[in-house]
Amino acid sequence: MFEFKLPDLGEGIHEGEVLKWHVAEGERIAEDAPLVDIETDKAAVTIPAPKAGRVVKLNGKVGDVIMVGQIVAVIAAEGAAVAIAPAAAPAPAPTAAAEPGRAAAPAPGPAGAPAASPVPGAPPAPAPLPAAPPPAVAPARGPVPAAPATRRLARELGVDLRLVAPTGPGGRVTPEDVRRFAQSGAPAAGVEEEAAQAAAAAAAAGGAARAPAGDSATALAAAIPAPHPAEAEFAARAASAIPFLDLEPLPDFAQFGPVEIEPLRSIRRKVARKMVTSMILVPHVAHMDEADVTDLEAFRKAENERRGGRGAKLTLLPFVVKAATAGLKQAASFNASLDPFKEEIVYKKYYNIGIAVDTGRGLIVPVVCCTDCKSITDIARDIEGLAARAREGKLAVEELRGGTFTITNVGPLGGTAPIPTINYPEVAILGMGRVQEKPVVRDGQIVVRRMLPLTLAFDHRVADGADAARFVTEMIRHLADPHLLLLEA
Amino acid sequence: MVMGSLKQETEVVVIGAGPGGYVAAMRAADLGREVLLVEERERPGGVCLLEGCIPSKALIGAVEIVDAARRARGMGIAFGEAAVDLDALRAFTADVVAKLSGGVAHLLQRRGVELVHGRARFTGPHTLSLEGGGTIEFRRCIIATGSRINLLPPAYEKPVWSSAEALQLPSLPETLLVVGGGYIGMEMGLVYSGLGSRVSLCEFHPRLLMGADTDLVEIMVRDARRRFDEILLESRVVGVEQTGAGFAVEIESAGRTQKQEYAQILVAIGRKPNTEKVGLEAIGLAVDARGHIPVDEAMRTAIPHIQAIGDAAQGPMLAHKATREGKVAAEVIAGHPAAFDNRAIPAVVFTDPEIAWAGLTEREAEAKGIPVKVGRFPLRALGRARAMGRMEGLTKVLSNPETGQIVGVGIVGPHASELIAEATLAIEMGATIEDLAATIHPHPTLSESLMEAAETAAGTGVHLPPAKKA
Repeated sequence: MFEFKLPDLGEGIHEGEVLKWHVAEGERIAEDAPLVDIETDKAAVTIPAPKAGRVVKLNGKVGDVIMVGQIVAVIAAEGAAVAIAPAAAPAPAPTAAAEPGRAAAPAPGPAGAPAASPVPGAPPAPAPLPAAPPPAVAPARGPVPAAPATRRLARELGVDLRLVAPTGPGGRVTPEDVRRFAQSGAPAAGVEEEAAQAAAAAAAAGGAARAPAGDSATALAAAIPAPHPAEAEFAARAASAIPFLDLEPLPDFAQFGPVEIEPLRSIRRKVARKMVTSMILVPHVAHMDEADVTDLEAFRKAENERRGGRGAKLTLLPFVVKAATAGLKQAASFNASLDPFKEEIVYKKYYNIGIAVDTGRGLIVPVVCCTDCKSITDIARDIEGLAARAREGKLAVEELRGGTFTITNVGPLGGTAPIPTINYPEVAILGMGRVQEKPVVRDGQIVVRRMLPLTLAFDHRVADGADAARFVTEMIRHLADPHLLLLEA
Repeated sequence: MVMGSLKQETEVVVIGAGPGGYVAAMRAADLGREVLLVEERERPGGVCLLEGCIPSKALIGAVEIVDAARRARGMGIAFGEAAVDLDALRAFTADVVAKLSGGVAHLLQRRGVELVHGRARFTGPHTLSLEGGGTIEFRRCIIATGSRINLLPPAYEKPVWSSAEALQLPSLPETLLVVGGGYIGMEMGLVYSGLGSRVSLCEFHPRLLMGADTDLVEIMVRDARRRFDEILLESRVVGVEQTGAGFAVEIESAGRTQKQEYAQILVAIGRKPNTEKVGLEAIGLAVDARGHIPVDEAMRTAIPHIQAIGDAAQGPMLAHKATREGKVAAEVIAGHPAAFDNRAIPAVVFTDPEIAWAGLTEREAEAKGIPVKVGRFPLRALGRARAMGRMEGLTKVLSNPETGQIVGVGIVGPHASELIAEATLAIEMGATIEDLAATIHPHPTLSESLMEAAETAAGTGVHLPPAKKA
């Protein structure tokens, strides 16, 4: 009997929502055949079966959230007895019966648990910090041992006791374990040494090894939401460091009229965390202008006709990506990140432009990489592919990272001057409005031109208004003149 | 108490002033809520205080003294035959109930909780109507309507006793048939046998006290067989006729029907939740197959601003469970992160000897396929039990074989009802058998039996012969 636990999906992903089971309980499954589609904060991934055999148990229905380290499925090896083995078998039987309505508790994780990421095509992930290792000692079944007051504390801090590494006797979770977990999302004792070593190694490696925010979140713990405690009572968490910040629990809206409650999950929650972090941390400034895209639009239209539907359709977006890349080359501070812990600005010598995609399940920002080296046609094709995969939930994790600048194009839906929120830790984001024919003055004459509204929101810690004006003007210069863009390509 | 006036508005309304409802009302008031408590009885306290736990314990306490006097003979102290003054005993019980109910009313009043007399019924998601006039508009509601006694079909319309009537001590019948071998039937049977009635017991199931483990029940039954004329298992009452001297009862047992005369019948065949007459249909709230209202950990029903607690909600019908749920419900209203996440609800039967258990029973563990390690300790090996002349008893501790976590405890013996509290705390705290074994228990006391049972499980005890080497 093999208990398959949800593997580490990389990038600080702690949980995923079941989108689809590819098999039913009792069916056979081949090794590496698709087992389940899981939607994480970032993307949907198909998890293959680690072993061939008969599926004895699938944990969770579609829509249920499974934590990393929690049992996804129980697979009986071919030929092995499927009957729930009594005491002789070391593997504990499925725990569902012990506490109906609750997901299974993580079983004791043997030291050599399968840690390799089975995500198809996933790159060797940067050694993930041991954010939520399976508890060193945990009960084989039943609820996590913890005193009533500890359980209440966990509810208050939004901590899932099953994820907390216990330090008490018999695998009991102590109040300190819960607090430590809530503060850092990091493991308690037992693995502390390991974490310390990892931190030391990161420090030794210097600038190259930037630890994820969750790791060094001491100074800003109050301002940045802790990486994991998701359903946290924010009041308890944010009450401290920010003067005048006064968060109170929301009233019970049901008392005013009928309501419908949807848990904040998956992409929506990720967006919420990122936006709050960005808005609280970054002094946002918005710079607005308009680009005259009359000539570009004429060129684009002609080129699309000439292509007659072959290859990727040229929309305005790849041109803006190229123009932005041209602008970024001149304005390095918009292709940078500010490290508040080290007090340094990291200028990136590569140009990876994130494109905000409305997927129907929420906002996702896949990244077109190396836009400086790609032709506009290449970029158009990349965007088309990324957007399609984003909507199908099939983006690979690496297609979502490494961005240096983001563009969000709500123009096709409308908008004269959308002010976007910076995709932290990037420095700037460009919002595109709707292209409209407008009367403008050219050489003393009022003429009708097609104008594209642009808003650059940027981090005032890194750049100033003059920098923004120069950057946007450079972009506009390129958008106004297709020939200049050709030179860039 | 305010009679139902035309229309009242309140933030929180609690329906039912039993041990769940009045606690919820007080806690909500202490948390700054405006609370109105509706109760159909004349006094607060509910079944538990007025016609259940409290008066029955008053009577059981009295009977225990008779038993103690009888046992004292074996210790060299002899009393005469006990003379029962029913009127005085009735007055004592009534006084206990009156003082406690008065105390609850006083505490409610001190908190500014308005006690409204009447029967409330939902007319909408934010309105209740009061029987006999008046409406209440509320923002939050806690349904704490409790439960009532099940009736015995063959005995409908006949002057048989329910437990509520039996507790009033209407008379001391020569012979009494107790129908139902649950905890109420056992307790009331022992009370009347202690007072001098000849008691027979009829139970439909093959065993008494269905929820408890057999090894615990057996020890109690051994004693009960001495007290009762007869204990009929797998038997049921199929006919009841009123006769001049009492009742002629037909009892079907193992396919045979026999007729027997009893001066009185006491029916104690369970309780059912009071959820039919609350107007749940008016707000679209469904109940489960047994009539209980489904709730979540925050005691919320399918309509989030309406909560249900106690016997009306799901779970065992026990006063202490209702009380805890009442606190949770009130705290949830006040925005606290409260939840009914208790891992053990102790069950207590005030027989002689008493039976108490908390957490998993062995039967449950077996039925659910949960492996447990069981440490047992018999009372006869305990100094205090011998000194008390009370050696009939057993304490057992069930633990997780891998982690040693205590998952259940069962006790039969004197004061089991008091001893189970420590065990319940141990389960809630996630304590291990080692924790219990290493905690110093005062000597000589019955509480040592818990420590000893844990030590038996841990293999560290010395008061039993050494376990055979495997």
